[in-house]
Amino acid sequence: MGPVARLLAQRISLGLLLLFLVSILIFLGTMVLPGDVAQQILGQSATPEALANLRAELGVNDPPVARYFEWLGGLLTGDLGTALTSGQSINEAIGRRLSNTLFLAFWAALITVPLAIFLGLLAVRYQERWPDKLISATTLTTISMPEFVLGYILMFFVGVRLGWLPPTAVGFRPDGDLLSRLESIALPVMVLTLVVLAHMMRMTRAAILNVMQSAYIETAELKGLTTFTVIRRHAFPNAISPVINVVMLNLAYLVVGVVVVEIVFNYPGMGQYLVDHVTKRDVPVVQACGIIFAAIYIGLNLTADVVSILTNPRLRHPK
Amino acid sequence: MSSQLDYLKLRVAQGRMSRREFLGRAGALGITAALASSLYTQAARAAEPQKGGTIRMGLQGGSTTDSLDPALATNQVALMVIRLWGESLVELDDDGGLIGKVAESWESSADAKEWRFKLRPGIQFSNGQDVTAEDVVATMERHSGEESKSGALGIMRSIVNVDAQGDEVVFTLDSGNADLPYLIADYHLPIQPNGGKDDAAAAIGTGPYILKDYEMGVRFVAEKNPNYWGDIGHAETIELIVINDNTARVAALQSGQVDMIDRVPPRTAGLVARAPGINVHQTSGPGHYVFIMHCDTAPFDNNDVRLALKHGINRQEMVDKVLFGYGSVGNDTPINASYPLYTEIEQREYDPDKAKFHWDKAGVDEPILLRTSDISFPGAPDAAALFQQSLQQAGIPLEIKREPNDGYWSEVWNVQPFCTSYWGGRPTQDQMYTTAYLSTADWNDTKFRNEQFDQMLIAARAELDEAKRTQMYADMGMIIHNEGGLICPMFNDFVDATSDRLAGWVEGVNGFALMNSYAPLRMWVKA
Repeated sequence: MGPVARLLAQRISLGLLLLFLVSILIFLGTMVLPGDVAQQILGQSATPEALANLRAELGVNDPPVARYFEWLGGLLTGDLGTALTSGQSINEAIGRRLSNTLFLAFWAALITVPLAIFLGLLAVRYQERWPDKLISATTLTTISMPEFVLGYILMFFVGVRLGWLPPTAVGFRPDGDLLSRLESIALPVMVLTLVVLAHMMRMTRAAILNVMQSAYIETAELKGLTTFTVIRRHAFPNAISPVINVVMLNLAYLVVGVVVVEIVFNYPGMGQYLVDHVTKRDVPVVQACGIIFAAIYIGLNLTADVVSILTNPRLRHPK
Repeated sequence: MSSQLDYLKLRVAQGRMSRREFLGRAGALGITAALASSLYTQAARAAEPQKGGTIRMGLQGGSTTDSLDPALATNQVALMVIRLWGESLVELDDDGGLIGKVAESWESSADAKEWRFKLRPGIQFSNGQDVTAEDVVATMERHSGEESKSGALGIMRSIVNVDAQGDEVVFTLDSGNADLPYLIADYHLPIQPNGGKDDAAAAIGTGPYILKDYEMGVRFVAEKNPNYWGDIGHAETIELIVINDNTARVAALQSGQVDMIDRVPPRTAGLVARAPGINVHQTSGPGHYVFIMHCDTAPFDNNDVRLALKHGINRQEMVDKVLFGYGSVGNDTPINASYPLYTEIEQREYDPDKAKFHWDKAGVDEPILLRTSDISFPGAPDAAALFQQSLQQAGIPLEIKREPNDGYWSEVWNVQPFCTSYWGGRPTQDQMYTTAYLSTADWNDTKFRNEQFDQMLIAARAELDEAKRTQMYADMGMIIHNEGGLICPMFNDFVDATSDRLAGWVEGVNGFALMNSYAPLRMWVKA
């Protein structure tokens, strides 16, 4: 087995172990929450009789350890079970929700990643001059605002006042044509872009500036290359590793952290699905969402790790 | 005078005034009832509903975890979906009376122990099956019995037997109840084929629409039921979109993504009303925000403490600052003018001196602890702070403890001795008192136990003489007002909004928000 394959195997098995630990944490977390699913389904209008009937029917009277292993068994065979509250298959519901969330995250990433890297390069090119300062000031302003505030501001001005784009995603149909789907998610994508742009841009800028201090860059400059070519050809490839890291982290954020944006814009993705079920104490669904989010997060971080090792010979051959 | 009359006629033509309101207002202008009545018909004709089109609603309250089974409906969205596809035997009319739906007529025995409902002939379920008395019996059976988890279980407890006799259904009760038709008007009880025993969540009923497509907690689409017997349901298609976020809901209405929304936040309702093409509707209802004390727990077991707190609350200030005027002052009973057989009680005012008098008499030297959370009602922590200030002037110390929203209904409400909460109200006084003020009630959240009150409640239930019954309820209201553990500072109005695309809104409809959830069925898209 080559060193790269061994490294991959090692990382992946570590990731799986981590997932397993996360699943236990999620299960314990749902146990600590006050109230139970029967109480939440029936709400303020629960009678002791109705509660007892519902609890027995949902099987929440079984001991927690048994419930956990039953769930783990299902998970390993690819069956996430059924939601306690609505009796619907979780696989089916999550499949739909996850593809909506990924659709949103994909388009946000497609716009954000190139834009952030380009702006980072631009900021380095005009370092300490007005384009750099403008880019930094703007992106830092938008990252400092909570997503929901940005969402409401765009909703009000772009959606309601100017009427350019639909203010909420209520018109979103998973089976609609691409153009109408893109129109529905235009504002959420904008908010996500504004929120993650600064982080990626600043990291790109910092990484490249770091490389720019090196002697070989000076050589390149002395050869008479233009600043932009120096950055593109000589500095950027050496700065890829930290940039990939921050890009992956932000991609994970785009998938996992969109809960607030989805709720503000009424977008039928994983976030809304998760929040609804947390408030109802629907443990199987919360576990399923939690494990999927954890898998995405761990998976993307793993990718970042592996990619940065592969692009850096120094890390590829550890002493 | 004529310009005022024209205005009234215009309101009728816009479909924004009920017959009763028109006759009353025209009477005030000195017009005879007969003339006013014919004027109303004339004006209303100009407002013939137009057929066709699509009505889109944005509602709060739906969740991915909901079920289509009407027994499990707990929120505004679930109720609205039931209204689209189903109907109960009888339902509430605009003025708090009753209107026949699946049942055409009904009558009771002299002791109100036996009720006969005659079914409307020739009506069908949306799957083409005829509605039979057996279906009604099966429906009632599914919601009762120890196995049931229906939200209507409490209602069904007093019903001993339901029997099908030809085209009639006979209910037998354990004791007389003059309000039985009100009980079975409950939205959990739409008539389903074989009572929904085969498939409770099939959404098949006798309603004006047929559910075509849905995703729980996201969106529901219903199309006109071609075989519907009645004359409501004007639009061809109704689309219900769940928009839980307040700002998003208002934005969707303003930009024309939806035509009607519920629960406009009172804080911004004034601004929304100023937007062009938007009508904000304010409807008073039985819902109220409360501070509840457990009458069996110290120090609230002392009536002087309860009276001190009742005198120490500034009700008008709360209506102004918590409801922003979208509501009315309460009077420490759960009943207001929206109930049939209501009698006014002299208003209890904010009076720090009286509060201090009762507080000193009680001789409690510890501060009172009030638990609150935003989920108990919107603005509850603010209301608690106002209460703290108004009590301070009477020298009564109040400590406020913020509780998390999560688990409030299971850990605080009905458990802790003093907390904030809300009630949605019930269609009749009997139901409201039976639900929360009878000694043995599950949700007796003030732990109020008064033998005399219980006896009067049972007696009033079987009393068919309206005048006597009204008097009994007035006396019971006084008992709660003076001895109960309820501090009711305010009744909250429903605040809904519709766009100019729609016509047919009727002001002052009793029941739930959005014209008791009939707005999409009774309004129409303007041609």
